Amino acid sequence: MSENWEPKIITFVCNWCTYAGADLAGTSRFKYASNIRIIKTPCSGRIDPMFIVSAFEKGADAVLISGCHPGDCHYNEGNYNARRKFTMMKRLLDTLGVDTRRVVFAWCSASEGIKFSRLVNEVTESIKKLGPYTDYHSLNQEER
Amino acid sequence: MQELVKKAKELIESKEVDLLIGYQSDGEKGAKPLFVKNTQQAEKLIFNQYCLNNLVTYLKRPDVKALKKVAVVAKGCDIRSFVMLLSENQVSRDAIFIIGMTCDHVVSPDGTGENEKCTTCKVHNPHLADVVLGAPVPEKIAKDKPVHYAQLEKLNAMSQEERWAFWQEELSRCIRCYACRQACPLCYCERCIVDFNTPQWIDTRSNPRGNFAWNIVRALHLAGRCINCGECERVCPANIPLMLLNQSLQEEAQEKFAWEAGYDPESQPPLTTFRKEDDEDFIR
Repeated sequence: MSENWEPKIITFVCNWCTYAGADLAGTSRFKYASNIRIIKTPCSGRIDPMFIVSAFEKGADAVLISGCHPGDCHYNEGNYNARRKFTMMKRLLDTLGVDTRRVVFAWCSASEGIKFSRLVNEVTESIKKLGPYTDYHSLNQEER
Repeated sequence: MQELVKKAKELIESKEVDLLIGYQSDGEKGAKPLFVKNTQQAEKLIFNQYCLNNLVTYLKRPDVKALKKVAVVAKGCDIRSFVMLLSENQVSRDAIFIIGMTCDHVVSPDGTGENEKCTTCKVHNPHLADVVLGAPVPEKIAKDKPVHYAQLEKLNAMSQEERWAFWQEELSRCIRCYACRQACPLCYCERCIVDFNTPQWIDTRSNPRGNFAWNIVRALHLAGRCINCGECERVCPANIPLMLLNQSLQEEAQEKFAWEAGYDPESQPPLTTFRKEDDEDFIR
């Protein structure tokens, strides 16, 4: 690990809550780590488990997923469906030996700018401690 | 199996079904699928402990779906996959005649001893059929009792690093033949995600990255649906223990959603529904 290494954290957020929450963090001038790369989706229900796989394949050290709190979904039940999907995905990744500390799920509303900035800082800190995700990235190097 | 042959002849002769899918013997210790269209072919029908194939798989084929009515010889475990196809509206109940066979156990794929899946079976006697043949078999596990998988417990006991090493080793043998997908009665997408190339989600080459992604998506698409028939693992030419992945998700569905697939065609598969009070300990 080089001294200048910084984790890359791919962040999938829903349009209606967490993206607005991130926006609020920005307009409120809260400081948070610049390690995240935000990808906006219409709803947390849109976040396909393949997004997580794809992020790791392309060099992410962690994936952060966030949507509206239960009951707050713009589409009423997208996040409830997402919750079941993520439950299964997390279990499968765990069974396969993927480091599930690198897959973080959170609920973050449009008014929770503070929560968002704190979340990003906490995740970034913990991934810095874990180091780069060389295990998964090594899958790319062994091309036949 | 005189009553099976008799019933088959009856169905064919009366033109009640266009096709009957059953088993014929394949050597002394083996069985393979048989497609019966006339009474002469029906003579070859057998049923014994070597009848491993899940014949419900053929019902997902377009050419079989095009027929007016099809009869299938099915064990309890196979009927569970039929129940899933029913609840997902993939087959019409009227178009299928299920010949349910009572079954104590089948042999393991290598032909030695009892199949592991039979140790957790709750449907030795078919739970949904148009006719049930064979003597009743006592059920060993109560319907409401949760199922435990011995091999899975070993995997669960490993550390995360050990599991990673275990699967990298196992999946390195994957040749991406997709036999697991073809044999699975519940893998019925007209176009599989792995065959898409705009965008291409999964590397189609047999390399560590592609093998890992493919096996993630295969298992995940069966989450809450797999009925533990074990066909994917049986047909795998590389002997990858695929059922461990399926069983892990079965266990999760049991623990989190109190769900076991393939018993009740009226119930909703867990990933098509939700409860507001679902567990969310893992979400910050």
